[in-house]
Amino acid sequence: MAASTEKQNPAFYALLAALVVMSVGPIALMLATSFKMNVDIYDESVSAFFFTPTISNYETVLCNVLWYEPAHVDYCDPTFGRALGNSLFVAIVSTALTLVIGCMAAYALVRFKFMGRGTVSMTTLMMRMVPPAVLLVPVFGIWTFQYGLDQSHMGIILVYTAMNLPFVIWILQSFIVQVPIQLEEAARMDGANPIQVFFMVVLPIIKPGLAAAAIFTFRIAWNEFLLANALLGRSTRTVPVTIVNSITEYDIDWGVIMATGMLLAVPPIIFTFAASRQIITGMTAGAVKG
Amino acid sequence: MSAVARANRLTPYMFLAPATVVLVFALLYPIGYMVYASFLDWSPSQRIGEADFIGLRNYANLLTDAAFLESFWVTIKFAAVVVTLEMIIGVGLALLLDRNIRGLSLLRTIFILPMMIAPIVVGLMWRYMYHPTVGIFNRTIKNLGFEQGIPWLSDSTWSFIAVVIADVWQWTPFIFILALAAMQSLPRSALEAAEIDGANEWQKIVLIKIPLMMPVLIVTLLLRLIDAFKVLEVIMVLTNGGPGLSTEIVALRIFRTAQEFQELGEAAAMSNLLLIMLMALTIGMFMYTKIQEARTARMLKAAQAEDE
Repeated sequence: MAASTEKQNPAFYALLAALVVMSVGPIALMLATSFKMNVDIYDESVSAFFFTPTISNYETVLCNVLWYEPAHVDYCDPTFGRALGNSLFVAIVSTALTLVIGCMAAYALVRFKFMGRGTVSMTTLMMRMVPPAVLLVPVFGIWTFQYGLDQSHMGIILVYTAMNLPFVIWILQSFIVQVPIQLEEAARMDGANPIQVFFMVVLPIIKPGLAAAAIFTFRIAWNEFLLANALLGRSTRTVPVTIVNSITEYDIDWGVIMATGMLLAVPPIIFTFAASRQIITGMTAGAVKG
Repeated sequence: MSAVARANRLTPYMFLAPATVVLVFALLYPIGYMVYASFLDWSPSQRIGEADFIGLRNYANLLTDAAFLESFWVTIKFAAVVVTLEMIIGVGLALLLDRNIRGLSLLRTIFILPMMIAPIVVGLMWRYMYHPTVGIFNRTIKNLGFEQGIPWLSDSTWSFIAVVIADVWQWTPFIFILALAAMQSLPRSALEAAEIDGANEWQKIVLIKIPLMMPVLIVTLLLRLIDAFKVLEVIMVLTNGGPGLSTEIVALRIFRTAQEFQELGEAAAMSNLLLIMLMALTIGMFMYTKIQEARTARMLKAAQAEDE
């Protein structure tokens, strides 16, 4: 193989640049618009990227969590600030719950040779295929009339945990398989019980797998709209639901909605830059080494 | 049996219990419930026990409902078009970029961004860009001197194209990343042997890279196909199925049947039909990987036998 100094055609770099612009462009446009006044958005003589920036859109969105009262906000709508808190709570709790439960199950499946990996990957695939839309009617019916969990955060957390578990179990399995059994045996010789072995020996080794699983779970819980919309009430709503509610009206306040969208997009963007390797591991695990 | 031995025997069950409970109560039971609900005439104000059992009538109604059949067709058309485009562009880019260049990992990071952002937000961004007057596309068209912009979301052909473009933007990177990973794990020896035999770039791609990557590419294609049938939020925000029924995919129709028309039984029947179709796809994919694994194992054995 040639070294990294391989000479490339200038056209090749032009292609790279074009690809970067294409994937980042729409996001950059959203970011730019979120700092734009509505007058400027509708003024065709103002450029898409060069204008006098303002943080007023963010002030409108976050008015009830700010420590000061923005002068331009006549009526402070607390919907978004509340939804942001709801989203954080739901995403963090369901991620933590999925990881703990998924870890235990994956460990048992690998170490105690319960089912073959074939069975588990088959089940994972089957579950991956279930669209959230298919769960809409039953989840609404059961959660409302049988579990009494409608309108509550616990209800939606249970749904997200169940939706993410198959994938989490499956990906953690492939990491646990690589933990040398001798390490565990040594710990057991020293008198550790299975639970101690799991927490002190296995967990620290599979950290990268946990990171990948956590990001995927958080992303689904943070971004999901359909089931949250069906289950949650006015005060328990998450951000995606409030966004959709505010665009069904004919007239869209683009500056504010772009600021809202940007706030929803920021955590996944941070994860992407902080842990792209783990994300790619999670993404390719199924197809490339399945 | 001693107490310790008994505790050890129970440990695996203890570890599996929480996951089993959650999956049974929050996933398997709802799916069974959905199948049962599809035989009912049921509105959200009723408890399920009060709904009338109407047998297969929901299914019979759906199969003669022009709007539902149209949405089924739109879904298949949408999935086929986006997956084809994404496979061609994604694999093509992977072939072009499979070399030692600086910044490839940064490029990959940037490519993941569209997939990580909420579908709702993706829909929002594109809706803004497609806006008839303030959208960047029509503004550019006007600045280039054309009188008329493109009716992106108000014309049935253009709205389908608009929805396809947004999906291709979001998901082509998925194919690219999987194809690139597959390409970089190809055995170097095969490529070097081809080089020694004097194969050019094109021959290497067609005769060696693509055939060796085939198993991964097919799994990628099926994964993407399954996901394409699940798309909902982006289309909902962009067009809400319109104009007319031109972009109303089945998932969106399920949502509207349950939410707007309050026909839970009918929505359940639609869900069931969608699930059956996806299950057929998934089983097909699983069987394909099994056959492929068996074939690779046979080939490895044959190669070893030859070496000895």
